[in-house]
Amino acid sequence: MTPKRVELDLADLSVRQVNAALQAADQGIFHVLHPGGEHALACGLDAPIEVHVDGHVGYYCAGMNKHASVTVRGNAGTGCAENIMSGLVRVQGDASQSLAATGHGGLVVVEGSASARAGISMKGVDIVVGGDVGHMSAFMAQAGHLVVLGDAGSDLGDSIYEAEIFVRGSVASLGADCEEKPLDEEHRSILAGLLQRAGFAVDTATFKRYGSARRLYHFSIDHMDEY
Amino acid sequence: MCGIVGLFLKNEALQPELGRLTALMLHEMVDRGRDSAGFAVYETPIAATKISCLSLSGDTDWTTLTRSLEEGIGAPVEFHQIEDHAILHTTGDGAVARNRIIEIAPDVTVLSVGHAIELYKGIGDPDAISARFGLAQRVGRHAIAHTRMATESAVVIAGSHPFSTGADTCLVHNGSLSNHNRLRENLRRHGETFQTENDSEVAAGYLAWRMREGDSLEGAIDRALQDLDGFYTLAIGTRDGFAVVRDPIACKPAVIAETDDWVAMSSEFRAIAQLPGVTDADIWEPKPATVYAWSHAA
Repeated sequence: MTPKRVELDLADLSVRQVNAALQAADQGIFHVLHPGGEHALACGLDAPIEVHVDGHVGYYCAGMNKHASVTVRGNAGTGCAENIMSGLVRVQGDASQSLAATGHGGLVVVEGSASARAGISMKGVDIVVGGDVGHMSAFMAQAGHLVVLGDAGSDLGDSIYEAEIFVRGSVASLGADCEEKPLDEEHRSILAGLLQRAGFAVDTATFKRYGSARRLYHFSIDHMDEY
Repeated sequence: MCGIVGLFLKNEALQPELGRLTALMLHEMVDRGRDSAGFAVYETPIAATKISCLSLSGDTDWTTLTRSLEEGIGAPVEFHQIEDHAILHTTGDGAVARNRIIEIAPDVTVLSVGHAIELYKGIGDPDAISARFGLAQRVGRHAIAHTRMATESAVVIAGSHPFSTGADTCLVHNGSLSNHNRLRENLRRHGETFQTENDSEVAAGYLAWRMREGDSLEGAIDRALQDLDGFYTLAIGTRDGFAVVRDPIACKPAVIAETDDWVAMSSEFRAIAQLPGVTDADIWEPKPATVYAWSHAA
């Protein structure tokens, strides 16, 4: 049985009505029309439905996503896929700041660029950005992967705990306690898997890998006297 | 939080639509600030100087004021009253007239001076303010507008944007400046006069000072990036131009869209989504500490 295809048009429906319809579904393919930059579209989904948003969206699109696959055929505002738990969020244009902030799992793909603080406080989400990311990306990242096919802005990975960052282009500067690390076979294999899932055919050898130097958050016995 | 919008028309045929489109954009930003609002409309420059004035009490006797202003500046002054505002026209020197009004009429705030600009502001529902002053019917070349949600100072008309201190220059600001007191003192020593304690007025005064010293708009903003400390997304209007700049850490949101017919900026895309031809627009988020500027003169 082919899943049913439903159109939800924001020219006729409110954001609340559209989100309620999406949240009530346990399967199906949904097309959200005329998003017009509205905020909080397709938030709080927790079933394996497929959602296509036909245009630009405002803040916090696909926030808290679980199981669902959400594609934005346009740009996304601040906090797209914030706190994503699982599933897939794909932005075909650019994403604004705080992409996938605090995300626990799932995959977030931006085909264009993401701006400042992409992956801030990420806790396990995988993020693949086809273009550039802005300053302070992966700030306080705890787990997961951030892959950048373009360039990274200043202070990449500032105060990073644990997470892997792969950047193909230049890095304006590394943040506190973030350092370049060797790109071994195991990392290339992880990277290749992420690129393949995100749909980018590029050579993993052209990337550099960055991560935590583990000097900032690890307890050091030398500091015992300070307590 | 505040909402800001700016619209710069590249296609002259759209000029009769400027006010209507700006009002649509402003309406979308009401959710970002509904305690005050204001807008500046730039028409084709005229020979006379236009002075936009606000009566704080609402019962200023504009006839008496313009008569004593005429004596003070030695040039004829006419006025056109709209609600608690009056637009004065004079062939005299605009800067002299501004200072004279500030001196003789403590009940009046001079909102703007210039050959192109008219500026209106108020307290309350932004849509009501735009209706009260007929924004939707305004014709012009570019406009900027603001919806305010006061966070650090009172809801008074002195805190409403846009702010202007120099000829045909004004700005709207989303954010807060932390070094405005010191800057204000420095600027006073350079001859700027301020009418409020608001931080955004200091940013306007800073740009006016730099451009009076000969800087281009872009040059003035470049210097402002070094001297203004705090959070800001600014949309700036001048006689012929329009510019957007964000602070170096890009705390406050902004999006720009451009077509062959117009350039628009806003705090959020949904304001721009109202514009004709938006589906074909180039849309991007302005980078931190980068000046984006357009001019009719180019």
